[in-house]
Amino acid sequence: MSVPVLEVQDLTVEYVSDERAVRGADRVSFTIHPGEIFGLAGESGCGKSTIANSIMRLLKDPARISNGKVLFDGTDVLGMDEAALRAWRWNNVAMVFQSAMNSLNPVTRIGEQFIDVIRTHRGGTRAAALHRAHELLKMVRIDPVRLRAYPHQLSGGQRQRIVIAMACALNPRLLILDEPTTALDVVVQQEILEQIRELQKELGFAILFITHDMSLMLELSDRIGIMYGGRIVELAPATTLRHGSRHPYTQALLGAFPPLHGPRVKLTGLAEGTKFTNIQDLEDTGEGHWVAPSDQPVLSQGELL
Amino acid sequence: MSQITTDPLTLTPEDPAAESATDRARLGATRLLRTLLRNGKAVAGLSIIVVFIALALLAPVFFPGDPARITSAGAAAPSLEHWLGTTTKGQDVLGLTLWGARSSLFVGFAAGILSTVIGVLIGLSGAYFGRGLDEALSLVTNVFLLVPGLPLLVILAAFMPPGLGTVIVVLVITGWAGSARVMRSQAMSIRGKDYVAAAQVSGERPLRIMVREILPNMASVVMTTLLGCIIGSIGAQAGLEFLGLGDVNTLSWGTNLFWATSDGSLMLGQWWIFVPSGLAIALVAFALALCNYAVDEITNPRLRRPKHATKSTAATTVARKEEK
Amino acid sequence: MSFLFRRLGFYLLAFWASITLNFLLPRLMPGDPVTRMLSRSQQRLEPQQVDALRTMMGVDGGPLIPEYFSYLGRILTGDFGMSISRFPTPVSEVIASQLPWTLLLGITSLVIAVILGNLLGILAAWRRGGFLDSVAPPLLVFIGSFPYFWLAMGALYIFGINMGVAPMRHAFSVGLVPGFNLEFILDVAAHLFLPALTIVLVSLGGWMLGMRNTMIATNSEDYILMAEAKGLRPHRIMLNYAARNAMLPSVTSMGMSIGFIVGGALLTEVVFAYPGVGYQLLAAVQGLDYPLMQGMFLTITAAVLIANFLVDLVYVRLDPRVRKG
Repeated sequence: MSVPVLEVQDLTVEYVSDERAVRGADRVSFTIHPGEIFGLAGESGCGKSTIANSIMRLLKDPARISNGKVLFDGTDVLGMDEAALRAWRWNNVAMVFQSAMNSLNPVTRIGEQFIDVIRTHRGGTRAAALHRAHELLKMVRIDPVRLRAYPHQLSGGQRQRIVIAMACALNPRLLILDEPTTALDVVVQQEILEQIRELQKELGFAILFITHDMSLMLELSDRIGIMYGGRIVELAPATTLRHGSRHPYTQALLGAFPPLHGPRVKLTGLAEGTKFTNIQDLEDTGEGHWVAPSDQPVLSQGELL
Repeated sequence: MSQITTDPLTLTPEDPAAESATDRARLGATRLLRTLLRNGKAVAGLSIIVVFIALALLAPVFFPGDPARITSAGAAAPSLEHWLGTTTKGQDVLGLTLWGARSSLFVGFAAGILSTVIGVLIGLSGAYFGRGLDEALSLVTNVFLLVPGLPLLVILAAFMPPGLGTVIVVLVITGWAGSARVMRSQAMSIRGKDYVAAAQVSGERPLRIMVREILPNMASVVMTTLLGCIIGSIGAQAGLEFLGLGDVNTLSWGTNLFWATSDGSLMLGQWWIFVPSGLAIALVAFALALCNYAVDEITNPRLRRPKHATKSTAATTVARKEEK
Repeated sequence: MSFLFRRLGFYLLAFWASITLNFLLPRLMPGDPVTRMLSRSQQRLEPQQVDALRTMMGVDGGPLIPEYFSYLGRILTGDFGMSISRFPTPVSEVIASQLPWTLLLGITSLVIAVILGNLLGILAAWRRGGFLDSVAPPLLVFIGSFPYFWLAMGALYIFGINMGVAPMRHAFSVGLVPGFNLEFILDVAAHLFLPALTIVLVSLGGWMLGMRNTMIATNSEDYILMAEAKGLRPHRIMLNYAARNAMLPSVTSMGMSIGFIVGGALLTEVVFAYPGVGYQLLAAVQGLDYPLMQGMFLTITAAVLIANFLVDLVYVRLDPRVRKG
């Protein structure tokens, strides 16, 4: 087995206020292998984005990482000083944020924002950086003339493509996609996903894909972790999860979204008032399928459909 | 059909949207007040203001009779007899300052409150009725905002008959536009909320919606605007009176400063004549500004100062508890 | 471009409103301003000069509409009438000789206060809870609470009268011939220093806190987070990403603050006997020189409106979003 690109072990993130500390992520562990697409799914507030941001150490003051390890290619990310961290960011791990509308600087031209990141990490002339930006825009099928445009002159889909192109600028080994399509309409969503898949084949990076949309998740990911209340409750290959999920929360989540393909099914969800407390550590049930033991009744697959 | 003919007034008490909106607002106002009293800045500011108001009210007790009467030789430096010395004419400076607080605070608060009220009326009705009325009101507001305040104050005060009333009217004319602008933009955002729509659908009259639904929910903005208007009025009044455009016969901090310069005490180095009134203006304005920042901090927690110095691009802190 | 045209139209409208107010004010107020004014002044006026004043102030009871148009015509050709306190100089001449000094004082202090205040605000927001963020705001708010003219009095008292290190009055030393040479420029700068300093001190706090608060809001924008994820250097994120965006509201509020600064400058001039428009203002008020006061009002309003238009031009350069439509 290859060395994992990213190894997250027992990661715990707390939001500390005067009175108390709230755990945004609680003893979360997973690994991502080179070229793999790993998905993290769960409802909003479950800690998916906290994980994504804490891997790059982007969380701000009341938040702090109180336990665990983040290893990138075997290097300890949490032990890096500011300069090492800056050099590591984007060079090795790039991130596409949820809000394409707002992740580009509104007052500078697109080209300038490419040049910015390329020259910070790679040096070289403006012309060389601009040339690279040209290539990248062509790669995501946007007319390179658009490098002279300001963000507000582009559509939401175009902006997200540009952010994706920017993420590929330094050939990172891992791309974190934090709900990259949530703000977009369905047609554009599919185009963007297609684009990501294509780029991944071409450039071979690994992906940490985060969404609450199970149908998108099952479509794109190789392996999936389901999060609830800051913990991972189930972790399995996508194919296993699709038909053999064990945790009731996973089943509820799967039942809440229509599949994109195949016959129509009745939608189900989590019964109102259902809460999972005191979630146990994951247990191995074989073939890479890990489940947290739960005392809630397990639905049979038949009931779900 | 029977539902439509029902008197809308009988429906309103049970209307959940209306109830929750006003309840929420009332709750918000009491919470705002309680949090204010726990905020150090607010307490300091309020204390200073209370002290000044008390001194103003007690001026006749400390200095009975006409404070402007001549009690000693001119331009005496501070002494046990005259704590803050005397003016060139021989009036007691402390007495003038305490008595001056009365009209300065009165004019400042009156003009500030009036400006805010007019601002609320114009801002709210513009935001609520929209379209033509809003455009007209916005235009007038923006013109008044743009015209430089002091020169406008000067020509207004010069042509109007002198007196305390004129000063207040003139201050309100130059001061309302700023608050109207803030109120309008705040009311616009509340206007779009669901509970306003709910109140409209349930058939409430515009005035009632404005007063019961919109206004209570902008309590903190009204508060900061009011404080800002009072600060502005006190400053503008002082400037006006300093130029001799106030009523030179009433005692106020501004007229004290006017006499201090026209008697030449500055050039003669008699600092005790002009320091007290200016310091008083500054202290009151500072106290009001403190309250203002307290309200700002409470309503916008991001402005609160963090306990530890942090650079805004700092990476996430790692505080691993080493397992043994 | 349509943004600029709209603004220009608005400024013209505001100016027209000011002229109209100026026209109506003496006509709406009770009493006879001309008699009041003449009783206060020691000048002896020719009968036809008194008549001209009466027409201008509308005391003669002539028809309103034709008078209004002839008034508009006179104002637009720069005819503000005769000054009473500096009889028989025309108001436009009085103002023309003094406006440059006001502009010099106003622009110098505005530019310094804006640049310094914004820089302090950027730095305070960048290191939340640091020294600058803890000490400067309360201190500057306190200084900003003083009336402009009172701080000017204090500065004049300490530096001019007590220590004798600063010039006490006027814009340049007596006996110096104005000219474009080093000696004169240094002398003017020395006279400008204290008045400008007091205006800067009073207005600095507002700029700093405004910038600090918008910077704090901007710092939580997604493009700042993305810039950090991109591994850019902190000062680059601070200047090119955060400050560059936070500056926009600051520039917008500059327009309104110009009026305040001008007011402060006028009062400061009175204290320092600085020979700008404000210095003449005191004399005009005491001599009930209505034509001069009105002329000042219109001139200063025009200057503020022009300044606002210049600010708009800057804004268009800074924010690509208003350039079209």
